[in-house]
Amino acid sequence: MENLRLLFESPFLSVQLLLDGILIGAIFALAAYGMALVWGVMGLINVAQGELVMLGGYAAFYLYRAGIHPLFAVPVAAALLFAAGWLLYRAVIFRVVDRDLFISLLATFGLSILLQQLANTLFGADVRTAESGFGTLFLFGGAVTVSRIKLVAFAGALLTGAFLMQFLRRSRMGQAIRATAQNPRAARVMGIDTDRVHAWTFGLNAAICGASGALVAMTWIVHPYLGLPYTVRSFMIVIIAGLGNVAAVLAAALGLGVAENFAGFILGAEYQAAFIFALLVAILVWRRFWLARERRYLR
Amino acid sequence: MPRTGLLAPAAAGFLLLAATADFAQAEGDTIVLGAAVSLTGKYSVNGKNTKDGYDLAVKRINEMGGVKVGGKAYKLKVAYYDDESTPARGAQLAERLIGQDGVKFVLGAYSSGLTKAIAPVTEKYKVPHVEGNGAARELFTQGYRYLFAVLSTSDYYLRDAVNLAAEVAKEKGRDPKTLKIAMAFENDPFSLDVRDGILEDAKRYGMHVAIDDKLPPEINDMAATLTKVRAVKPDMLLVSGHEKGATLVVRQTAEMKIDVPIVATTHCDSAKIAESMGKLAEGVLCASQWDRKLSYQDKWFGSADDYANLFEKEFKYPAPYQAAESTATVLVFADAFARAGSLDPEKVRDAIASTDMMTFFGPIKFDSTGKNVVKPMVLYQVLGGDYKVVAPTKWAETKLVWPRKLPQ
Repeated sequence: MENLRLLFESPFLSVQLLLDGILIGAIFALAAYGMALVWGVMGLINVAQGELVMLGGYAAFYLYRAGIHPLFAVPVAAALLFAAGWLLYRAVIFRVVDRDLFISLLATFGLSILLQQLANTLFGADVRTAESGFGTLFLFGGAVTVSRIKLVAFAGALLTGAFLMQFLRRSRMGQAIRATAQNPRAARVMGIDTDRVHAWTFGLNAAICGASGALVAMTWIVHPYLGLPYTVRSFMIVIIAGLGNVAAVLAAALGLGVAENFAGFILGAEYQAAFIFALLVAILVWRRFWLARERRYLR
Repeated sequence: MPRTGLLAPAAAGFLLLAATADFAQAEGDTIVLGAAVSLTGKYSVNGKNTKDGYDLAVKRINEMGGVKVGGKAYKLKVAYYDDESTPARGAQLAERLIGQDGVKFVLGAYSSGLTKAIAPVTEKYKVPHVEGNGAARELFTQGYRYLFAVLSTSDYYLRDAVNLAAEVAKEKGRDPKTLKIAMAFENDPFSLDVRDGILEDAKRYGMHVAIDDKLPPEINDMAATLTKVRAVKPDMLLVSGHEKGATLVVRQTAEMKIDVPIVATTHCDSAKIAESMGKLAEGVLCASQWDRKLSYQDKWFGSADDYANLFEKEFKYPAPYQAAESTATVLVFADAFARAGSLDPEKVRDAIASTDMMTFFGPIKFDSTGKNVVKPMVLYQVLGGDYKVVAPTKWAETKLVWPRKLPQ
């Protein structure tokens, strides 16, 4: 109650929370695009999504330590992770693509543990950061502060989303990916090498996660075990937004970020995640009723 | 002859087993201390610190001729296993050390969680267990008879920050009662212990706790809590969330320009905030068990600084307090062996219980629950990119810079 009163007394607080929420949401959106893509095209829920984000973060950190501005790390991390994603596909993922969903969950869960422990062994358990040195923006006479890197991350997320949309719509491979998503069997009959399409899709997903990881390293922190929150939130966003709608994914991600920040402020940080999950349940229940109503009209 | 072909290696195996078991039982002129430490998994960094601390102590004691027990000199040796940072594995390995390898003296693992898993085992076998890396308060409320800790328990980590704030307030002619505390603690046993300590002290001074957030273990962003801090304008911000929490609070208070006169956190030396974040960390207070600049002395290592130098020479990295604690643990055993004049675990246990010694790590004296009650915590402030001791005032190297000047 005390917190609610604070919120009403000072409108700038709401602005701050809103901005922070939108900016963190943009990063969730990136990981969620990738998950929706893989889910839609390959029918596979990638539980190792957060670990790909983590690897992207380490790429940015090592470039930063080598004296390169971490912003350049965004494309580099994307490229590296594309290769890593491709390799993961060739090594593990292709074996589970047409199998039961449960098997793909198990396989990617195993991958996530493997990647965490590998990162722990190779990079150490230390918490790392990469400084962008962009400083902070002051709004309303200092009552609201936004670090510039968060704005950059936001722009980066929008750009990546736009690029992804265009890629899927225009390019040859994009068309092949969409065709495969619609009907893999028909796509194969038409001469599309669906195996290659899958490899591309997974690589693309890893690349997007890599880019978001680089942004995470500049905005927050990187350590081997940071993956889970990103996986869980991507999953939620995709559940809410549905597959194959980039704009809806972005909207859901921003909404989630904002809701999360307000919940953290009002209920305290310990209920931040709990609130989000309660929200997910509420949305699913509501949607079920809504769908049931639709069905009644159809009858 | 297929039958003997199988028998011979089996027999050899048995002999080997018997031999190693025999070797581990402190026969001959070597006393074997057993330890399960985290060489892999999430505690691998601090697990290595722990092991290096043990190794340095053993090396130094052996160089000085070992330990004299009842007129005979013994060398020390540590038998290690990797507990993979998981409590269940730690308990298993403790069973193995005691049951199979015949170890009669156990050195602690890293972290309260692992210690909590191992303590019941050492208790069951009545084996003295001295540890330097499990600070949880509840380790010492179970009535354990064989568990001893050389470090300050976790409820003491940030109490000095509260005391310091009260001191400053009095100096400025302000009643400590009017101070407001904002705190954010991870929801884990260690941090909640730290929180309990603060609450006790806040109550003693009559301070008001304005924000009391519990951070989830997977915390990656503290923006919501810090926005609240900006609105409430507390006199101190106290944070405990291991390396993640320390890094986040430093980074985000600087980025969001959250202006609080005292910002204190645990784990900032292991998070290397001064080294890796430079200016951003300026003015932040850090709780630590030990520092090389303290004027403690002992007969094995000389001063705390001598210890740190020796450590750095040996392992090529600066001595963290986790290593110093571990070294002190071995010193307690060495001292107790000599005073007990016997290697009987029960006699050694009683000798440990009556320990009253000075080490480079600080004074060590156990209360009836087994925790060290005479060593104070240390509070650093990051000043000019370096950690300077500011509390306890008796050992302070420089005066607290108050209020914290936010990096521009």
